[in-house]
Amino acid sequence: MTLDAKIPSGPIEKKWEKHRFDMKLVNPSNKRKYKVIVVGTGLAGGAAAASLGQLGYEVEAFCYQDSARRAHSIAAQGGINAAKNYQNDGDSIFRLFYDTVKGGDFRSREANVYRLAEVSNAIIDQCVALGVPFAREYSGYLANRSFGGAQVSRTFYARGQTGQQLLLGAYAALSREVALGSVKMYPRHEMLELVVIDGHAKGIVVRDMVTGKVSSHAADTVLLATGGYGNVFYLSTNAKGCNTTAIWRAHRKGAFFANPCYTQIHPTCIPVAGEHQSKLTLMSESLRNDGRVWVPKKAGEQRKPWEIPEDDRDYYLERKYPSYGNLAPRDISSRAAKQVCDEGRGVGPGGRGVYLDFTDSISRLGKGVIEARYGNLFEMYERITGEDPWKWPMRIYPAMHYTMGGLWVDYNLMSNLPGLHVLGEANFSDHGANRLGASALMQGLADGYFVIPYTIADYLTKVKPGTRAGVDHPAFKEAEAEVAGRMKKLLSIGGTKTVDEFHKELGQVMWEFVGMGRNEAGLKTALQKIPQIRERFWKEVLVPGSGADFNQELEKAGRVADFLEMGELLAYDALMRDESCGAHFREEHQTPDGEAMRDDEKYAYVAAWEFKGEGKAPELHKEALEFENVHLAQRSYK
Amino acid sequence: MKLTLKIWRQESPSAKGRLVAYPMDHVEGDMSFLELLDILNQSLIKKGEAPVAFDHDCREGICGSCGFMISGIAHGPQKLTTTCQLFMRQFKDGDTIVAEPFRSKAFPVIKDLVVDRSALDKIVQAGGFISARTGSGPDANAILIPKEKADKSMDAAACIGCGACIAACPNGSAMLFTSAKISHLGLLPQGQTERHQRALRMVSKMEELGFGACSNHGECEAVCPKGITLEFIARLNRDFLVASVVATKEAVKKV
Ligand SMILES: Cc1cc2nc3c(=O)[nH]c(=O)nc-3n(C[C@H](O)[C@H](O)[C@H](O)COP(=O)(O)OP(=O)(O)OC[C@H]3O[C@@H](n4cnc5c(N)ncnc54)[C@H](O)[C@@H]3O)c2cc1C
Ligand code: FES
Repeated sequence: MTLDAKIPSGPIEKKWEKHRFDMKLVNPSNKRKYKVIVVGTGLAGGAAAASLGQLGYEVEAFCYQDSARRAHSIAAQGGINAAKNYQNDGDSIFRLFYDTVKGGDFRSREANVYRLAEVSNAIIDQCVALGVPFAREYSGYLANRSFGGAQVSRTFYARGQTGQQLLLGAYAALSREVALGSVKMYPRHEMLELVVIDGHAKGIVVRDMVTGKVSSHAADTVLLATGGYGNVFYLSTNAKGCNTTAIWRAHRKGAFFANPCYTQIHPTCIPVAGEHQSKLTLMSESLRNDGRVWVPKKAGEQRKPWEIPEDDRDYYLERKYPSYGNLAPRDISSRAAKQVCDEGRGVGPGGRGVYLDFTDSISRLGKGVIEARYGNLFEMYERITGEDPWKWPMRIYPAMHYTMGGLWVDYNLMSNLPGLHVLGEANFSDHGANRLGASALMQGLADGYFVIPYTIADYLTKVKPGTRAGVDHPAFKEAEAEVAGRMKKLLSIGGTKTVDEFHKELGQVMWEFVGMGRNEAGLKTALQKIPQIRERFWKEVLVPGSGADFNQELEKAGRVADFLEMGELLAYDALMRDESCGAHFREEHQTPDGEAMRDDEKYAYVAAWEFKGEGKAPELHKEALEFENVHLAQRSYK
Repeated sequence: MKLTLKIWRQESPSAKGRLVAYPMDHVEGDMSFLELLDILNQSLIKKGEAPVAFDHDCREGICGSCGFMISGIAHGPQKLTTTCQLFMRQFKDGDTIVAEPFRSKAFPVIKDLVVDRSALDKIVQAGGFISARTGSGPDANAILIPKEKADKSMDAAACIGCGACIAACPNGSAMLFTSAKISHLGLLPQGQTERHQRALRMVSKMEELGFGACSNHGECEAVCPKGITLEFIARLNRDFLVASVVATKEAVKKV
């Protein structure tokens, strides 16, 4: 099978406009005859459900939390990019496009990225119209800050709670549609299976997490906006419920999984405190605007940070990347931190930490300014660590954060499986092998507000209204039976180990062998270990309770079972990709000073994996990447 | 440290609940309250007992999923802190800590510490939005907003919808929650057109859903993990009053 990305012809800056004109429109009186299922109400799903409801489609939206407002997008702190050039500092749509392609280490699709940059400005307009209280200058104009991987100031923000405010905007728009009856909202419902009829995605099977009831929902098209799979590492900055289940189930039903090995480790997180650690907390990257990252020059340093004189400190990011300094991109900063800690120069318990020091900024700008900029982050740090960051520099360490990989989609955000659309972090589309800060919020809202409302028509105009199968179709019954069977099996094993124990075990393997530094031997070890853990899971796991009521262990068990399959594909992809690119760092391929070395001859493609059945090797499909507008070059931030 | 957790156990909405004591050894200051519950749950599962159900997701104090009464205080003793961000260093050796669900007429218990807060979504659906179709907004800088206004609006918008204010209120009132949304939008120029209608609709929905009236106890402000202040309730009252007067006038005109 050849993958057709359906990239419109013509010059890059005309493609989207041309495509919007070329696509057929859905007849307004037919819109209400089409039913659209949206799984996920984060930025991508929330924005999509609200916008599609406004257009007149009949929308059903699902999320696993008790309210749409709690999707994981809420946790994003730093900001959202747009090419407004309000600062007059040389930004443009083309520059945002260029930075994103370069930041992704030339592993993303140019046409999609250009469109993202192109609609970025409308996102800010829309958010302001919805009442998002972005930060302002005294003049009343919008304020901006800079973020990693860019030399212009293009990031819009709402204190340290940008994701929250953007999500509350989308949630408000969604709430309005719910009240008007155009969207029906199903909170505390988890999607456990995708239903495919005659090769098209036509519905889902969900479990009501309060009553345990399993039911089917039919639609003309299904949108998955279910977020990232970072929790395959157990410890990550993701919310505890983030999972791969929706996209993994779709993958098993025929949707290709693209670039699963592109996983981003964020450089500024609070280090692990102990065995009981249940998740990791990100300290916004914006801190790197004013904080300086350093470690002692000598290994085993015992002095307190303030007793260490300048000469004995190594501001390693400023030293290695003089032009970007502390704002070097995430993958590069994370690896640099690991490297200095591997050399024994790390700080704090276990030596897994580096200092993020504000002393210079405080003396330059005054405590008031720093407090206004980062006060809430300082408080959060103190609450979690019990250390006062005004006295003692913060300690940070990289943690699993974001997944660039996801289900393969074409220019219309449709998977190879017709009728299945994938939005936001759940798809693979825009960030290549590494995402730049403040670009995920942009992508989620671009997909939801400004892309899918148009491109959904490309599919729906080919579906005759009123031809939708009902939930009594055998495909639904089969899928329901599969779900019920799986739950029954999980509940009946009655082993001795808890779900969390297996999840932690998987996470350790992933972090050690498929984490920041990867190599052939380690990946092969992971590929041996993961199936073993999975096999033991299905023999030894202990899931208490029943399927017929509120059962959080059962929910977790289903998610971990899917992670145990997904993790293997991730390692498999990492082994196949015998080059370093962006966040995928194969130790065999690095420059003498430790930078990632791509192999464009062999690997300038998207790896899209097809599920071939349990116990069978997945099949690789390649989408060649062509760079017509950005020159392929070694990424340099020096 | 060693301490005792007394936790409300209730199997289902209709079952009768009771407090059950669980002695906890090896508690460390660096553990969050929820991590302590994780540890308890692991041991309960291994003993063949039902783990304690509690809502949580981000564990960063922002999603508003978590929350229960900790020794009588919504989210526990530390100011400006959600349950997930409460660390055990706030307690001392030998303490007995009582964990009970948020209690309010509008929040029925689902299981153990989990309650149904969907009434909060319904209040927002009644009018907690600005009706701006996707794509209809003017250039973002065409709307100038004085910094103080934007900041104040952000203070109100910081509400995470956890429901602590309602659980803390002797009347079970949702005024702090509702006023935060009304102030967030009402302080912005974009929010003016629907301002009065918003106040009328959200307040009447709140009453309809069984939330009590506000009699200025101030308990809500004291427990709010995001520092939402009573000042916003005053704003809501003003908006509501003006809106009611306008509504009456219009009703008179129509006669
Ligand atoms: C701590 C943190 C800080 C961040 N900061 C920034 C930042 O400053 N700037 C930036 O650009 N990006 C940031 N990101 C990344 C960004 O927040 C996410 O990539 C983005 O919000 C994802 O949005 P989404 O809509 O794709 O998914 P999510 O917001 O994760 O939403 C997923 C939705 O799917 C639902 N769901 C999932 N599985 C199922 C299922 N099986 N059944 C039913 N429903 C399901 C959930 O209930 C939820 O509604 C940050 C991420 C983290 C973790
Ligand atoms: S779990 Fe999200 S606020 Fe506590």
